Amino acid sequence: MRTDTVAPTASAPEPAVASPRSRLASAWARPGVRLGLLVTLVLALAAVYLFTAVPGSLEYALKIRSTTVVAMVVVAIAVGVSTVVFHTITQNRILTPSIMGFDAFYMLVSTVIVFFLGATTFLRADPVTLWLVQVAIMVAFSVFLFTWLFGGKRRSIHLMLLVGIVLGTFFRSLTEWMQRMLDPLDFQVLTDTGFASLTRPDETLLLLTGVLVVLGCIAVLPLLRTLDVLTLGEPVAVGLGVNHRRVIMALFAIVSVMVAASTALVGPILFFGLIVANLAYSYAGTFRHRWTLPTAALLGVVFLLGGQLLLERLFGFGGSLSMVIEFAGGLFFLYLVLRKGAR
Amino acid sequence: MGVLIGVCLVLLGIASLFIGVSDVSPAALLEGGTDGTAAFLLAASRVPRTVAVLLVGASLGIAGLILQMLVRNKFVEPGTTGVTEFATLGMLVTIVLWPGMAVMGKMGVAAAFGLVGTWVFLRVVRAVPVRQLVLVPLVGIMLGGIVGAVTAFFAYRLDLLQSLGQWSQGSFATIMAGRYEYVWIAGVMVIVAWIAADRFSVIGLGEEFATNLGLDYRRVVAIGMVVVAVITAAVLVTAGMIPFLGLVVPNIVSLIIGDNVRRSIPWVAGLGALFVLACDIVARTVRFPYEIPLSVIVGIVGAGLFLWLLLRKGSRAH
Repeated sequence: MRTDTVAPTASAPEPAVASPRSRLASAWARPGVRLGLLVTLVLALAAVYLFTAVPGSLEYALKIRSTTVVAMVVVAIAVGVSTVVFHTITQNRILTPSIMGFDAFYMLVSTVIVFFLGATTFLRADPVTLWLVQVAIMVAFSVFLFTWLFGGKRRSIHLMLLVGIVLGTFFRSLTEWMQRMLDPLDFQVLTDTGFASLTRPDETLLLLTGVLVVLGCIAVLPLLRTLDVLTLGEPVAVGLGVNHRRVIMALFAIVSVMVAASTALVGPILFFGLIVANLAYSYAGTFRHRWTLPTAALLGVVFLLGGQLLLERLFGFGGSLSMVIEFAGGLFFLYLVLRKGAR
Repeated sequence: MGVLIGVCLVLLGIASLFIGVSDVSPAALLEGGTDGTAAFLLAASRVPRTVAVLLVGASLGIAGLILQMLVRNKFVEPGTTGVTEFATLGMLVTIVLWPGMAVMGKMGVAAAFGLVGTWVFLRVVRAVPVRQLVLVPLVGIMLGGIVGAVTAFFAYRLDLLQSLGQWSQGSFATIMAGRYEYVWIAGVMVIVAWIAADRFSVIGLGEEFATNLGLDYRRVVAIGMVVVAVITAAVLVTAGMIPFLGLVVPNIVSLIIGDNVRRSIPWVAGLGALFVLACDIVARTVRFPYEIPLSVIVGIVGAGLFLWLLLRKGSRAH
């Protein structure tokens, strides 16, 4: 694994006569400034997306488009935070929750629930409780599964990657099998309630996932420094007084909640987290989570909004954003893996 | 052990002939004679299906085995090297550009794309500086993912996504006499592989060693690539994608009898055929009278076995 050398977080003492250029450079070295720039970019993109190319009534367009923007923000936060935290827990920068089969697992859980309860129970039950039950099951199982995989003796990253990909296929096959065994009616219910698309999100679901993601973020806040310590590796972290096992379990739980939220909103996007997190590390220029986490989330918004803008307004095909992300992400991933292999 | 596989194959093969919605039983056959409904169904649907299942299982196992010798890695097969995805792209290209093309031509184009895929994979893997055991299939899967994304994008743009999903999904449900015969080509490739078996064993020892023994390394590799690509294309045209089969079967055989290709070819072929046959029977019976795609069953069982191979104690992957 690669731990960053400590990047200059505090600005160096400024020379007495600072040329404008060096002042710019020293400002650029500050993570706060970089984050601020990113926030500006996000706001600008959102404004362009919301207010330009309005075909009819502005009010109507705003209503629809703002839901999309909110959904993108929720997804970006969920993916960015869960991936960065996952990287820190597993001490690497290639594995991500979705590559390890987390979101395939979420689909499996929701299918299993419909499979065993049937659509009637599903429809009669309160959707909020039902969804929470779903998330709870997912969290319990994934914490179990992934502490088993990552706890205990350390395995090579490449092995874990392969295991993750195969696990994903395993979960997906199992899901498909169960879906095939369902009644057509039950299946309809499953697809209706389970998954929405980014450009047309279901509002209740959006609200629920939004609340969950906010709760997840609040849960991460007190752990920010602990996360920084975890980057130093387990022995050092334990030596510095971190209750390693408990913290890891808690973080895995938060990661699973986040993944459940984003998968419920947009379905699985395999490589999104990978791109966002790795770019966030180099953009933020520091390993401290108080900077990398928001950077990853904001970069996520930039990618989703910017990508949607480009595809929708310039190329005229709005629905294929996830395929483009998948393609670019696959290439990026190959580059990362091959470069790591060279070292 | 070999006898056991043989007996199971015969038993399941006979069972496969008599499983289905219409009543085809030995009694019905005797009653109706050679021109009854039962005999017609047997000849038109059940026998072709069983033969196709056996040939696909055997040849996919062999394709995996050969590929593993070429790359010198236990964790590759057409599906983890991008070969299948390239062949699928080839199928899409024929559907778009020459919709009226005969199946034989489609298969040829798919095989050509598969060949390109094998070549690309071998090139990329050569660029992996440290030949880490697990990194190689990983790179292959990613390569397949990228090609798959390109295919999905064009299919999406051309409104072919649904039909793409339909025929690339592994299933023997549509096999009938007159529509499955191409799979015999895969069977021919198995025989080619058998004839060249010793050469592939030597290839598995590395380029320097093979050349030292007086072998034309490049030519044998080329033969291997053609065998793999043609088998992949033939299976894709008749049945669709069947994941993990070429990986799991040769590995299990190598656990039992070791790595001599000439000895293991009949084992791999037999076990592969048995595996697909068993899965096909499960796919046909578990939701009777409907069918579940074979690839789903193979995906569950195959992925489970693959995980076991990777994580078991004493696995070379550690």
